[in-house]
Amino acid sequence: MLGTENQTNYIGKAVERIEDAALLSGQGRFIDDLPTAPGTGHAAILRSPHAHADISAIDTSRAEALAGVHAVVTGKDAELWSEPFLVGVRQPMQHWCIATERVRYVGEPVAIVVAESRYIAEDALALIEVEYQTLPAVVEVMAAMAADAPILHSDVGSNLVNERQFNYGNPETAFADATHVVRASVRYPRNSCTPMECFGLVAEYLAAEQSYDVLANFQGPYALHPVMARALKVPGSRLRLRTPADSGGSFGVKQAIFPYIVAMALAARKARRPVKWVEDRLEHLVAANSATGRISNISAAVAADGVIEALELEQIEDCGAYLRAPEPASLYRMHGILTGAYNIPHLAVTNRIVLTNRTPSGLNRGFGGPQVYFALERLMQRIAIELNLDPLDVIRRNLVPAASMPYRAAAGAVLDSGDYQACVSRALKDGGLAELEARRDAARAAGRHYGIGFAAAVEPSISNMGYITTVMTPEERRRAGPKDGAVSTASIAVDPLGAVIVTADSIPQGQGHRTVAAQVAAEALGLRPEQITVNLEHDTQKDGWSIAAGNYSSRFAGAVAGTVHIAATRLAKRLAEIAAPQLNATPEDIVFSGGRLFARDNPDNSLSFGRVAGAGHWSPSSLPENMVPGMRETASWSPDQLVAPGEDDRINGSAAYGFIFDFCGVEIDADTGQVRIDKYVTMHDAGRRLNPALVDGQIRGAFAHAVGAALYEELAYGEDGSFLAGTFADYLVPTACEIPEPLILHHDSNTEATPLGAKGMAEGNCMSTPVCLANAVADALSLDEIALPMTPSHVTEHLHGAERPPSTDRSEAPAQTLPGKGRGLTGSGASLVPAPPGQVWQMLLDPDTLAAIIPGCESMERLGENAYRAVAVIRIGPIRGRFKAVIQLSDLDAPHALTLSGSATGPLGSGAGSGRVTLLADEKGTRISYEYSAEIGGKVAAVGGRMIDGAARILIAEFFKRFAAVAGGTAGETVSLWQRVARLLGLAR
Amino acid sequence: MKPAPFDYIAPESVEEALAVLAEAGEDARILAGGQTLSPMLNMRLVEPAVLIDISRLPALDYIRRKNGHIEIGAAATQNALENWPELAAQAPLLAQALPHIGHFQTRNRGTVCGSLAFADPSAELPLCLALLGGEVVLQSASRQRVVKAADFQLGMLSTAREADEIISAARFPVAEAGAGYGFAEMALRHGDFALAAIAVKAGKTGVRIAIGGVADRPMVRNFPAGIEGAALDDALNDLAWDLAAADDPHATARYRRELVRRLGRKTVEEAKSCRV
Repeated sequence: MLGTENQTNYIGKAVERIEDAALLSGQGRFIDDLPTAPGTGHAAILRSPHAHADISAIDTSRAEALAGVHAVVTGKDAELWSEPFLVGVRQPMQHWCIATERVRYVGEPVAIVVAESRYIAEDALALIEVEYQTLPAVVEVMAAMAADAPILHSDVGSNLVNERQFNYGNPETAFADATHVVRASVRYPRNSCTPMECFGLVAEYLAAEQSYDVLANFQGPYALHPVMARALKVPGSRLRLRTPADSGGSFGVKQAIFPYIVAMALAARKARRPVKWVEDRLEHLVAANSATGRISNISAAVAADGVIEALELEQIEDCGAYLRAPEPASLYRMHGILTGAYNIPHLAVTNRIVLTNRTPSGLNRGFGGPQVYFALERLMQRIAIELNLDPLDVIRRNLVPAASMPYRAAAGAVLDSGDYQACVSRALKDGGLAELEARRDAARAAGRHYGIGFAAAVEPSISNMGYITTVMTPEERRRAGPKDGAVSTASIAVDPLGAVIVTADSIPQGQGHRTVAAQVAAEALGLRPEQITVNLEHDTQKDGWSIAAGNYSSRFAGAVAGTVHIAATRLAKRLAEIAAPQLNATPEDIVFSGGRLFARDNPDNSLSFGRVAGAGHWSPSSLPENMVPGMRETASWSPDQLVAPGEDDRINGSAAYGFIFDFCGVEIDADTGQVRIDKYVTMHDAGRRLNPALVDGQIRGAFAHAVGAALYEELAYGEDGSFLAGTFADYLVPTACEIPEPLILHHDSNTEATPLGAKGMAEGNCMSTPVCLANAVADALSLDEIALPMTPSHVTEHLHGAERPPSTDRSEAPAQTLPGKGRGLTGSGASLVPAPPGQVWQMLLDPDTLAAIIPGCESMERLGENAYRAVAVIRIGPIRGRFKAVIQLSDLDAPHALTLSGSATGPLGSGAGSGRVTLLADEKGTRISYEYSAEIGGKVAAVGGRMIDGAARILIAEFFKRFAAVAGGTAGETVSLWQRVARLLGLAR
Repeated sequence: MKPAPFDYIAPESVEEALAVLAEAGEDARILAGGQTLSPMLNMRLVEPAVLIDISRLPALDYIRRKNGHIEIGAAATQNALENWPELAAQAPLLAQALPHIGHFQTRNRGTVCGSLAFADPSAELPLCLALLGGEVVLQSASRQRVVKAADFQLGMLSTAREADEIISAARFPVAEAGAGYGFAEMALRHGDFALAAIAVKAGKTGVRIAIGGVADRPMVRNFPAGIEGAALDDALNDLAWDLAAADDPHATARYRRELVRRLGRKTVEEAKSCRV
């Protein structure tokens, strides 16, 4: 349906972005650029260096006393003025905007300083003293589910906070009768889309009205607005939330600013002034947001020809330390469409939601899709290999046939339209598969590692607000009341001089929504897009919105642009009714073109658009009978087909479903293991493309994110929960140098599911590309399993075979980090001291000895028997940091052995370690030997990943060297012994 | 991510810079290009009381040939060296290595001597200085001394520079007649820190190889001039083990050893093929 007939045609054209003139000339209006009120305070956040610890005390007095500090906010203030956030599953766990009694991930906010400037606020952070009692951390979901796992939320009693099983059709019988059962187990890592602009906000408390006013680069969904208002204990109308004109990107991530909106609202209340906070990159990487990590065990009951009868899927979801709204949406967004693009009638699903000591998960481009397709499309390749079939045949034999559209998938998704077979055929032909196969064959003949991968994916868009409730049982849903739909709201108004203004609830994050909204309105009104002013800044007190508002689930093209179209069409209908009598025509015959209205058969007799529309303002009495005065139309639209999950747990999670088919060729360097993408072809059915240039831009962007997820990016953690990717030198986002240009193809099928026939399409390659590349790498190296990200170091584990040992006989191996232990360090050493063990033992127990051997020790005090507190300044090269350390001697076995353990914390981070020291009588005195293990966390671990091990080794070596020196001997670190050997063997030093 | 308070001093002469440094000592840091120091300041990994900016001192901004060396003043940027007209002829190794240092935007600011001063184990310039057997000129208010590369870089981020000294210049020996040079590095993205970087000089009397990014500083070893085939593989294998590589989040120790073996062989062969 296109509404009013007209002679212009902007929809479907690559109209230039109206946003770009400002952006390209430095006139963007981003959150950090906007003026603030005089007296606005600037906030900095003190964050936990520990993955899991109880907070026993916080002393903010020194920070509060610093000149320029307005207020320090802690969990006590949160308890006074706010409530924990609502949680999507019924479990007794509390998530406050600032940690109250316990921290559960590195980077969790512990205190906020509001000061005259961000500089002073950061100065003050170093003056806040927090006493932590560290607890064992758990970072892997399997370990988190173990019986003896440390429990994050003790009232829940388990880290497994939700488990549901689903059966659709009759999977048990299908598996029992299956000719073949093929299985795959995959792990999707934690990664994030890292927008260029981080979080930013200005919050104010209006004491006279007892309301909060926040300007923030929040992106929605606005279902989180009630969550924030409830946390702040105000009616929704008293949390005014506004968004700035421009965004430096979001990709879903800026959903997760919402806890900071609440925290900074409290800070503003306490500081009695507006508070501005702009998140920095370290804060962002450590604590902002992450896609869920997921372990998937998938199996298929397959006939001999590769046709899949049934799927069984077990998904174990790592949601991090808190189930933060809208989670567990990552797990349930795809629930209705777990069978992907395939006609699979029987499905069994087990979903487990697990909490770990990592940053809470949330929206990230693709949102649940990358995890699902990584399992499903790896399985498709495994089926082909195990049944000795062509992987393309396996895909094609299972695709949902075009004749079945609309197709109801086993778990409830209603695939609205598409000819998947035709898409695949055209992609293979236009994308040049035959040529790619020839390249592969030539490369392999030359002994090179070359592989081809395929992936098919259905891309959902416009989320059903009810899909998350699939996590509840039907009984729980009945009690909670129905949730469904996806309401969009848009307004169009004509001012007294005939200028057109469009507003909507899309909260754009750089995609070009204003351009497309202008195209749509111009099309309906016979104007040019540049004549339409589109303002998509949003204000919850003044603009239309509902819980589905926001920028996510690729809802713009289908839902928001469609709603703009409805509003514009209604307006055009009114204008036609006004014009018709003056033009001696019926409203149906009125044509809008070139800024004029005229009867179809008499274009010479026309009225100007402004003249007609102006009647609503200047002369309501002349309007047709029963027409409302003014000239504004507001439309709200929700897809009829989006209903709540049924008693059978089937859920149509999205309004429209696009289709993607990708294939690629990759070559792997035999020496370095680097994966080079030789060619990448991506075929899309995105429905009607409203602006083809913007569509291709979205595909390139999603492809770039996907290349990152496939080959480079991981939010890495140590086993102790320390975070290891706090800079862009550690979290590796591919740049233009690393991203090839994909060949983009289209085969559109307009959908009837949305007003304009468009489907959402901005996330698809995040779903299809990682697994397509993984399939190609697996093909190149004949691998059964492949893990993401496929870094050279990981890939070569499959490439280089057993390692060649050193040629000379070496009795001692060099000190090595424990595999997989992150920042864990171990080492050992020995020295000979010319004194009897008894004498050495007395020295060891003397606090003066300890003070002398701690590098940079400034002061030491006794805490109790064999326990001390020390302050030390630690230096590595130019880096200097003051640490408070607690040192303890234990397991005393005089005069033979003791354990020396300690922990240190400071603004740079934290460390803990212990060493067993053994004394052995020797002819010449005492042989002192030691073994140690240590762990490092906090800022230094996050930003110093490359060097921190080496730095810690230097410190530990220094410690034991001093110890031996104080005892009268000379130390012999194993490593330095090694280096002496190396020197003998010809090393220059 | 804002630095702690510090005094910024832009001296008008080297003498003034040294006088300020003599007074402030360990509380001062030298700012040249700031490509490493600025982020470290912002992350508060360093909190100096005084920052002495030598980037605007003309007396330190030079590149010249002197006594068989290319002498590079402390204010000369990496791009200035990269664009020095004589570079390819006088220092083919540096011509190969420089494009790997960060990105051209960072090389516009980053200085040659600053890179040596920071002593990052993965950095290209300390690696080249070590391979070529260059030297560093250290200047304080009261004395000047010249330190050989092998004695300058002592370990990770640590050098023989005293608190009252600045590196006033670095000296890279000019190319040896008849020698070939090779350089290779493996970084995950263009401009990243090297997981392993390899520099080779194949001269008449021997093959000299330096490895960066694996041990705590560049490591140099000499092989016989005619080394090739299995003997070269054996030598590289031992070298790979001798460097005591460690795992980090980006690569395993084993992976780094493989790079030494495989890229090492390629780079040696390349250097040999470049002999003139």
